[in-house]
Amino acid sequence: MIPVCRLEELPEGESVRVDVEPPIAVFHTDGELYAIDDTCTHQDASLSEGFLEGCLVECPLHEASFDLRTGVPTCLPARRPVRTHRVTVDDGMIHVHRSEKENAAA
Amino acid sequence: MRTVTVVGASLAGLYAARELRAQGFDGRLVIVGEEQHRPYDRPPLSKDFLSGKASESDLALSDDEETLELGAEWMFGVRARGLDARGRTVLLDNGRTVSTDGLVIATGARARRLPGPQLPGVHTLRTLDEARALRADLHRGTRRVVVIGGGFIGAETASSCAAMGHDVTVVEAAPLPLLGQLGPEMAAVCARLHERGGVRLVTGTGVAAIEGGTRVTGVRLTDGRLFPADVVVVGIGATPTTEWLAGSTLAVHDGVLCDDGCVTSLPQVVAVGDVARVGGVRAEHWTSATAQPRVAVRNLLAGHTVEHVRPLPYFWSDQYGSRLQFAGRREQGDVPRIVEGSTEEGGFLAVYERDARTTAVLALDRPRPFTRLRRELARADAQSTTMPSAPASAATPEPTPAPAPAPASAAPAAVAV
Repeated sequence: MIPVCRLEELPEGESVRVDVEPPIAVFHTDGELYAIDDTCTHQDASLSEGFLEGCLVECPLHEASFDLRTGVPTCLPARRPVRTHRVTVDDGMIHVHRSEKENAAA
Repeated sequence: MRTVTVVGASLAGLYAARELRAQGFDGRLVIVGEEQHRPYDRPPLSKDFLSGKASESDLALSDDEETLELGAEWMFGVRARGLDARGRTVLLDNGRTVSTDGLVIATGARARRLPGPQLPGVHTLRTLDEARALRADLHRGTRRVVVIGGGFIGAETASSCAAMGHDVTVVEAAPLPLLGQLGPEMAAVCARLHERGGVRLVTGTGVAAIEGGTRVTGVRLTDGRLFPADVVVVGIGATPTTEWLAGSTLAVHDGVLCDDGCVTSLPQVVAVGDVARVGGVRAEHWTSATAQPRVAVRNLLAGHTVEHVRPLPYFWSDQYGSRLQFAGRREQGDVPRIVEGSTEEGGFLAVYERDARTTAVLALDRPRPFTRLRRELARADAQSTTMPSAPASAATPEPTPAPAPAPASAAPAAVAV
């Protein structure tokens, strides 16, 4: 369980990068919290810096989008999904529960 | 169409192959690549690959599963050396020929070299083999590196070399690097990145000679100065690979001339990526190479132009720990305005304006607001460009005429060197 930040520090529409190895991006969008691996599977770009539209985040470099709920890329150039991680809020503190296994292939 | 041949097995060629299958072409698909390597991504060559952070396997654009799905006949290490007048037979340098019903030209461009003999220690950087050679030279200890050309390849290479601890000088013939792409104000801002990265920037002077005997020893500038060098990287642009089309009937003028739908003067021949001059513009951008194939393949399979492609020019560059991103159609005289951050420190977001209208956006380390503006610009651009010259509808029976013989003036932002 990795502490991220307090819920009020991550307003709707924003994201934060957690500097673990590999890094994880946590998003607050559509009233939910999502966590995925931060590094785009296509190239070295940080998804926490990506453009957020609903449950999709667009890679800041190449226009590849990932679904935050599943980690699955919606279009090329990314072909492999990113891992998703479970998020909980305990006493106002956001935590990420890292999943070790790879996502099923897209 | 029973056979389609894609000549060129890099980004644009691979995307064209994907599109052919995605759009239902189930015939014979032949892909000819001059390099020995499977399709790989070039942008990291000047960055993580050079520094050793990325390996060759990290560059792969495709995997075994996809390769199997494409069901193509791949020929690596084979160069096309000719195309017959009807565009139906591709001649290969291994003596073979390929008879084909459709052809996708995706032969890209080659790094331009300085005239004269190539001394050991002088490099260009475009292919994996070139990157391997440069990397080997840079990992032999601390070197004095002179980079000729302050464009994207030059700046990224200089940045990587500086990060590896080398002593680096960048020589740029223009008064400022990226002047044509960014305009004087923002080019001046970005030029300071070199200084920040501990790299010497010499501008406004050309190269008179590469000095050396068995190996390079220095670079002599036109103003007389001599910069000693163990390694020289020449980053002065690229030339589209079109020599092999000399005997064909295709019009070639700094690229293969195509209409707005990537279709050449032969309706069953299309061109995509760095080699294609589409509607008068040849854009050496990663995003052009990935956006054009869908439309090119659609038009190829339709037998004439049914759709146009005009992606908003977009490029990025990673240098000195910063990410530079630019999108839009900037024209000379467009006025830049900082809308977020500062040019002094910590990155910024700038828009270029003309008549109170945003024409382009530039960001340094502002990826998210940049993407928002880029998307807005792309939307507005699509509306403004489809209105007056709407793509020929499917009802248009006749093929579009051959493209004009001379290229129109290219959009200033569209040529990344």
